[in-house]
Amino acid sequence: MDLVEYTLPPPPDQRVPDPAAFAGIAIEGVSKAFGPKQVLDGTDLLIHKGETLVVIGRSGEGKSVLLKHIVRLLELDEGRIWIEGEEITGLRTRRLMELRKKFGFLFQGAALFDSMTICQNVGLMLSEHSGLSEDQVRARACECLAMVGLENVEDKLPSALSGGMKKRAGLARAIVMEPEYILYDEPTTGLDPITSDAINDLIIKLQKELGVTSIVVTHDMPSAFKIADRMAMLSRGKIQFTGTVEEVRTTDHAMVRQFIEGNARGPLGAF
Amino acid sequence: MPILVTNLGGLVLLALMHTGRGALLLRAIVVQLPHAWRMRHLIYEQMHVVAIGSMPLVLTTSVFVGAVTAVQAVYQMQAYVPMKFLGVMISKSVFIELGPVLTALVVGSRLCANYAAELGTMKVTEQLDAMNIMAIEPVRYLAMPRFVAAVLMIPTITILANGIAIFGGYLASVLTLDVTSSTFIEGLRLFYDPLDVIGGLIKSFIFGGIISLSGIFFGFNTEGGAEGVGRATMTAVVGSCLSILVADYLLAIVLFQIVFGR
Repeated sequence: MDLVEYTLPPPPDQRVPDPAAFAGIAIEGVSKAFGPKQVLDGTDLLIHKGETLVVIGRSGEGKSVLLKHIVRLLELDEGRIWIEGEEITGLRTRRLMELRKKFGFLFQGAALFDSMTICQNVGLMLSEHSGLSEDQVRARACECLAMVGLENVEDKLPSALSGGMKKRAGLARAIVMEPEYILYDEPTTGLDPITSDAINDLIIKLQKELGVTSIVVTHDMPSAFKIADRMAMLSRGKIQFTGTVEEVRTTDHAMVRQFIEGNARGPLGAF
Repeated sequence: MPILVTNLGGLVLLALMHTGRGALLLRAIVVQLPHAWRMRHLIYEQMHVVAIGSMPLVLTTSVFVGAVTAVQAVYQMQAYVPMKFLGVMISKSVFIELGPVLTALVVGSRLCANYAAELGTMKVTEQLDAMNIMAIEPVRYLAMPRFVAAVLMIPTITILANGIAIFGGYLASVLTLDVTSSTFIEGLRLFYDPLDVIGGLIKSFIFGGIISLSGIFFGFNTEGGAEGVGRATMTAVVGSCLSILVADYLLAIVLFQIVFGR
């Protein structure tokens, strides 16, 4: 048993006086429990427009839950979330759907629709919302697939693709409507190092070319250091630390140090 | 005894909760019905799933249902009732009860399992979340076409099943039971009442709704991985079969005692 006591600084202040006037995403006091397990416990976080924020933390700390709250895929127990000044917690379905069109989401397992071809997967959102013809939708889908380095897979089913290709197809689907925000849930998990790096390059490329605001949830530190403008560490239901890549590298915050060094001993514990 | 009462109470509460949430799902689907024309390609796709895949099952079940009904009827009536009533017995049994209920149970189980497993897998692999993120409502894109397809196709399949069952009864009667063709057909015409057919079709229309709602409801509410999908599928099929039997009783009272009662 680890008997060392760690003195941790208080969580950083992540609130703004007027969240309704904040240009990016403001998360204030968000709590979520699943049965007896309190996953988020008054989480505060600010995501500035145009930045790539990487949220790091151990598995099961609620990173994906936080991500899903931003687009209200989960209903929070307490707290409030503003997107460009609009509070989403009480939004009606129609308005929420409109707001979601500003987002692209890359799921951990890509979440491609099994019964549709890759082209149909990528083009579905266009078919539903853009009023483009079938040919135009296909052309745009192919263009997005080319952006992520996928060619000649348009008519294949997702089951015919490798894990890395599925992730890239998922990314093509996420950018097809030119979203303002892209949320990445463990984009490199389960991929080999080379494919992981290719995905990292894609995230950077998309951020530069499309100017999107990206929120990436990961525990893959090489990936986090490569793509982040700013990093936030989530632990015990709260954001414990935020800082630039350089600040993360040099901090003496015990939790962050333990996490980035992959040390079993420390305030985060091993199990 | 107290444990038994507690368990029974829990089951009743669960059934009531599911019924309430099922009613909310039905309402959500009905709200999406104005989009049915725009989503017709998805409805056709689902109609194909319901109809074409069920044909061998319907054909086999219906032929034997008709044949068995004929054999049982002959056994029960041979000493007391003239054979010209055989056709009446078969047609009434098939149109009112056997056709709609057995088609709903046999085709419905297959369809309900299909819906629950497919939607359940989509739920646990985050495909439903992906759809929501894309601002596409799963109720509109997935539930409504399946519901409409089932509600339209189950009665259609029932009409076919009725015809095949009557033909099965005819074959069994003529080939193995020493009943002449003209006697059987005379029986069919005797006491024929279109309300029997209409009543049976109203039943199968409602059964179609029950089957699809059960599959969609348990599919959408699947939790956990492969085990959860298996559990959801099983619960959906059991729930659908029990609901069909209960609804059959209630519809029998409403249709044949109150609405069509003379």
